[in-house]
Amino acid sequence: MAIGIPAGPFVLKDCALLSVATGQRAQNLRELRECLVTVHPQAIYNHFWGGLLRPHFDDPEYNNDFASWANRGLHDKRLAERLGILDPANFDSIEELRRELLEVLDERLDESTFVPWARTDEQFHFVRSQMVVFDTGLQFATAGELAGALPTVSVGSIFYHVVAARWRPPVHQDDFRIWLERFGPEHEALVHALAELDPYFHSLSELRAQMVSLFDRWLVRRAPCTSC
Amino acid sequence: MHELLMRYAPACGEDVIRQLVQLAEPLRGKRVVHVNSTRAGGGVAEILEKLVPLMRSLGIDAQWEVITGSGDFFQCTKRMHNALQGEQTPIPRALLETYGRTNQENAGRLQAQLEDADLVFIHDPQPAGLLRHCQGRRGKWIWRCHIDLGHPQRQVWNFLRAEVVLHDASIFSLADFAQALPHPMVLIPPSIDPLSDKNCELDPAEIDAVRARFGLDAQRPLMAQVSRFDRFKDPLGVIRAFRLAKDFIPGLQLVLAGGGATDDPEAAAVLGEVELAADGDPDIHILALPADAHRTINALQRAADFVLQKSLREGFGLTVAEAMWKGKPVIGGDTGGIRLQVVNHHTGFLVNSPEGAALRVRYLHHHRDKLQQMGQRARQIVRENFLITRHLREYLTLMVSLLRGQDGQDIRLS
Repeated sequence: MAIGIPAGPFVLKDCALLSVATGQRAQNLRELRECLVTVHPQAIYNHFWGGLLRPHFDDPEYNNDFASWANRGLHDKRLAERLGILDPANFDSIEELRRELLEVLDERLDESTFVPWARTDEQFHFVRSQMVVFDTGLQFATAGELAGALPTVSVGSIFYHVVAARWRPPVHQDDFRIWLERFGPEHEALVHALAELDPYFHSLSELRAQMVSLFDRWLVRRAPCTSC
Repeated sequence: MHELLMRYAPACGEDVIRQLVQLAEPLRGKRVVHVNSTRAGGGVAEILEKLVPLMRSLGIDAQWEVITGSGDFFQCTKRMHNALQGEQTPIPRALLETYGRTNQENAGRLQAQLEDADLVFIHDPQPAGLLRHCQGRRGKWIWRCHIDLGHPQRQVWNFLRAEVVLHDASIFSLADFAQALPHPMVLIPPSIDPLSDKNCELDPAEIDAVRARFGLDAQRPLMAQVSRFDRFKDPLGVIRAFRLAKDFIPGLQLVLAGGGATDDPEAAAVLGEVELAADGDPDIHILALPADAHRTINALQRAADFVLQKSLREGFGLTVAEAMWKGKPVIGGDTGGIRLQVVNHHTGFLVNSPEGAALRVRYLHHHRDKLQQMGQRARQIVRENFLITRHLREYLTLMVSLLRGQDGQDIRLS
């Protein structure tokens, strides 16, 4: 798409997320559905992606908070599985994702002979995120330069350029791929390899390690190229 | 300037330090005041002891002030603390008047500094009444709640709420602890400092010396709970659990160690109850330690085979993360922040009774390999999520967010 456009430097940004309680909470499945209709879009975003940057003590069985609560709070494994399979990367917007979530919940409510409830102290709390984006002061002219710095890049930078980028136009693309595509066909293999990464199933430090490995392998394959 | 910060790099990584420096850039020179009610003892003072110098090392003009008050004032705030955590403790009107008057007196003393600050962090209920007496304030005020407000006694909460709503934002440790307020309610779990005397690595000889000092036998298993002498920490339940477990592990020893805090007038009474329950048992070691006995507590946690935090109510329960950082799985009460930290069968056990605690002590005693595995997992989780550098980052993010406005939208600094 962007082949032929001269590639400027890659400007590395970083970000930090703040979790903000919305005050909305659900005790049962119907309340969850009702809250979902009106809740701030950043709350839906946070409950799918926020876990990557949020402090946590466990290694969650499901990748989004709705599925985890269906499992742990409502003890409804079937619903947890249906919610757990939702991959936000497959949606063009948060509103589209919201509609699909409501669809899954409506289907489950239709099937249920009673509304599943959680214990009083197992409510679902809707929490939105507030992102602060800032400069790192780092710029990279080539893929080789970026590869050299990648192992020490913060997980906040990985989140901003890989996860958050997928919701910025052009959607479904991360910033690294968009930038590398501008270098033309010789970077194509690296772009394709990066496209295979799935941020939904890895921690940010695992994702960073995988990216480091992909860049290194690509650099080795194209050696000896002095321009990198 | 970042010398202090760089000392954390081996524990958390240089990328984390760099990120803090960049995030703090727009806050350089800002005047920030933290206010609480005790300089020593308890989790809040421990966090501020570290957080304030770290903010300074980032170029922020951070100060820490402590309010003063009479015995009646601290009686009132202790009852308030208990009531906010759900106890149906009545607070006489005279004591509530003392609360208001004490805050007014402290506001008079601190007024110039507080009104001039860019950001003021008010920690817990004790100083929450300051703001109404600082009419000329120019900065943002944030109420930091360190306790579990999930099910407060309504009358006391309504009294405090009238003060809290005047603030620009509140911070809670967990969403479950928050009450509805008409301003942003930010969620920031607390943290531990890996370099503090309480959490740093210790030489085995120092641990042995502490064992010797308190007559603990290194050859016999040891269970320990480190907590203030507070009924919500259920020290009597721990003694009961010890006795149940000792029937099966005859060599078992127990340490109940607690530091004092100047804002807790009930500690002495609870300590008396604990001594009565111990009934002179030579294998129950009740240690009322001074507030600065951090290295001793560190050594006791490291010496323990089984660490308990059998609280009935808990704000967050930092002693859990401390023990986990030392590679110990924790047997914790199924309540508050302990539930967040202890993942059943993964990094410890959640229990609901002395019987449950005793059962898990016996289990870990017979499965030392599991104890090791769970302990390693626990340490890694704390490393990634609960060190003070993460806590500092979230404070900085909140400060930037409040000073830049734009609530609900991404904030771009450049």
